[in-house]
Amino acid sequence: MPKLTAWERVKIAREPDRPTALDYIENIFDEFMELHGDRYFKDDKSIVCGLGNIGKQNYTIVAEQKGRNTKENIERNFGMPNPEAYRKALRFMKQAEKFNRPVITFIDTKGAYPGLGAEERGQGEAIARNLMEMSDLKVPIIVIVIGEGSSGGALAIGVGDKVLMLENAVYSILSPEGYASILWKDSSRAEEAAEKMKLTAKDLLDLGIIDEVLKEPNGNAKSDIPKMSETIKKRITALTKELQEIDVNELMENRYQKFRIM
Amino acid sequence: MVIDKIKKRIEYEDENAGKEVHRSDIPVGKWVKCSHCKEILYKDDLHENFSICPNCGNHFRLSSRRRIEQIIDKDTFQEFDLKITTDNPLHINDYIKKLETLKEKTGLDEAVKCGIGKIHSEKVVIAVMDSNFMMGSMGKVVGEKITYSIEKAIELKLPIIIFCASGGARMQEGIVSLMQMAKTSAAIKKLNKAGNLYISVLTDPTYGGVTASFASLGDIILAEPNAMIGFAGPRVIKQTIGEDLPEGFQTAEFLLEHGFVDKVVNRKEMKDTLYKLLLLNRHEYLK
Ligand SMILES: [Zn+2]
Repeated sequence: MPKLTAWERVKIAREPDRPTALDYIENIFDEFMELHGDRYFKDDKSIVCGLGNIGKQNYTIVAEQKGRNTKENIERNFGMPNPEAYRKALRFMKQAEKFNRPVITFIDTKGAYPGLGAEERGQGEAIARNLMEMSDLKVPIIVIVIGEGSSGGALAIGVGDKVLMLENAVYSILSPEGYASILWKDSSRAEEAAEKMKLTAKDLLDLGIIDEVLKEPNGNAKSDIPKMSETIKKRITALTKELQEIDVNELMENRYQKFRIM
Repeated sequence: MVIDKIKKRIEYEDENAGKEVHRSDIPVGKWVKCSHCKEILYKDDLHENFSICPNCGNHFRLSSRRRIEQIIDKDTFQEFDLKITTDNPLHINDYIKKLETLKEKTGLDEAVKCGIGKIHSEKVVIAVMDSNFMMGSMGKVVGEKITYSIEKAIELKLPIIIFCASGGARMQEGIVSLMQMAKTSAAIKKLNKAGNLYISVLTDPTYGGVTASFASLGDIILAEPNAMIGFAGPRVIKQTIGEDLPEGFQTAEFLLEHGFVDKVVNRKEMKDTLYKLLLLNRHEYLK
């Protein structure tokens, strides 16, 4: 298989027909029921939350969801969450803690939505609170970066015991375009930025930011969604068992240290 | 973070930084122009007045050194001796050199100064961010110093006060900067469980990854008048929505109105306000 450049992977991660969180969720879980709303303001559809199971193991699922067509993208705000999406995610994660269910999160976003309403309703506060609460959630958290993981908008559901990335997914402080425009005042140098930023799964594994890279079938997840889903499912099942064997205090301390040393 | 660079204003009054920014706006070394009312002010008068414009009340940005002078009892500040440096994770050319130049120019070792000091004899851990140093951006060293301060507060059973001033996460350290948000927020969780008081003070500017982590997690959140505070930068938001931003958007007063700040406090009253809050919270955290 030819080795791809970072920029080529950015392009794959952004392909309009790149499988979305719901494509995987439907394949991975025996049952999945979406549930809605943050209980304060609204139901923000850029993050999907719900319950699912694999065999006898129940899960809470939190997933950033891009649209699969224009209509869906408008409905889902192009997968860019407003504060209420993060608050919904937190509500479900706290509920997972109550019922001792592991949490699975799927990251796929260009970033938190930079809008007027988002600022009025405390985008920064919503992200901060999730980071804080996830660091101490007393159930295993497995994070999977499936497409674009950009900025605090991605990290807001990304504080987990295990962080996995699909082979062509990218994870970074912001988009290569944004990075180039801030550092070099020239957003057209995005390709160059992508190569510098260490945003590929391999780079992030080497840096110790993520734990595992999941191979994509035929070099691109969209070529075989069931097979990609099967790969993810196997890791979820194995890691769940592994994490459930750890005493909860130790699990908390491990999670703290994981980010502490970064 | 998704923020645009916060525009440097000409409000810097600290000797070194003042020269660097808009040199032409400052007629002679001893004078400075208020960015708000355009009045030319004598620097000594300005400093006497807490770096608040005597003409219009504009709060100039403050160096960490002057901030500590204003807040902490004389001769009680002991800086934590942390010899840590960035490992330049993205191998950015000139980044280390840039830091060295800045260290020399500002006399700071990074964008935050932290230690232990007293406020009217009440002992606290204090961390003060400094926008003169790479716009107060948070890379690994800043994240480490903030986290260390929080852990030290837990260990010593002291309240912690953090003065925030930052353009957000530091681009030069890429994803490592992003992870400092998780690290510092997790430390605040530990502090909460230990029962220590945390007062966050938002000053101009507080943006991006700092807003979206420890800055927004204070038990009590204070802000200085007119400070610009937000997650996304104004330019990015303007581009996204395609229209002008409303008057007063993302100011301290705007955040107060929307419920994200407990109190907007004039700099002249900051020390006494912090002192009162320390006393009013005393029993809770000493228990
Ligand atoms: Zn003035």
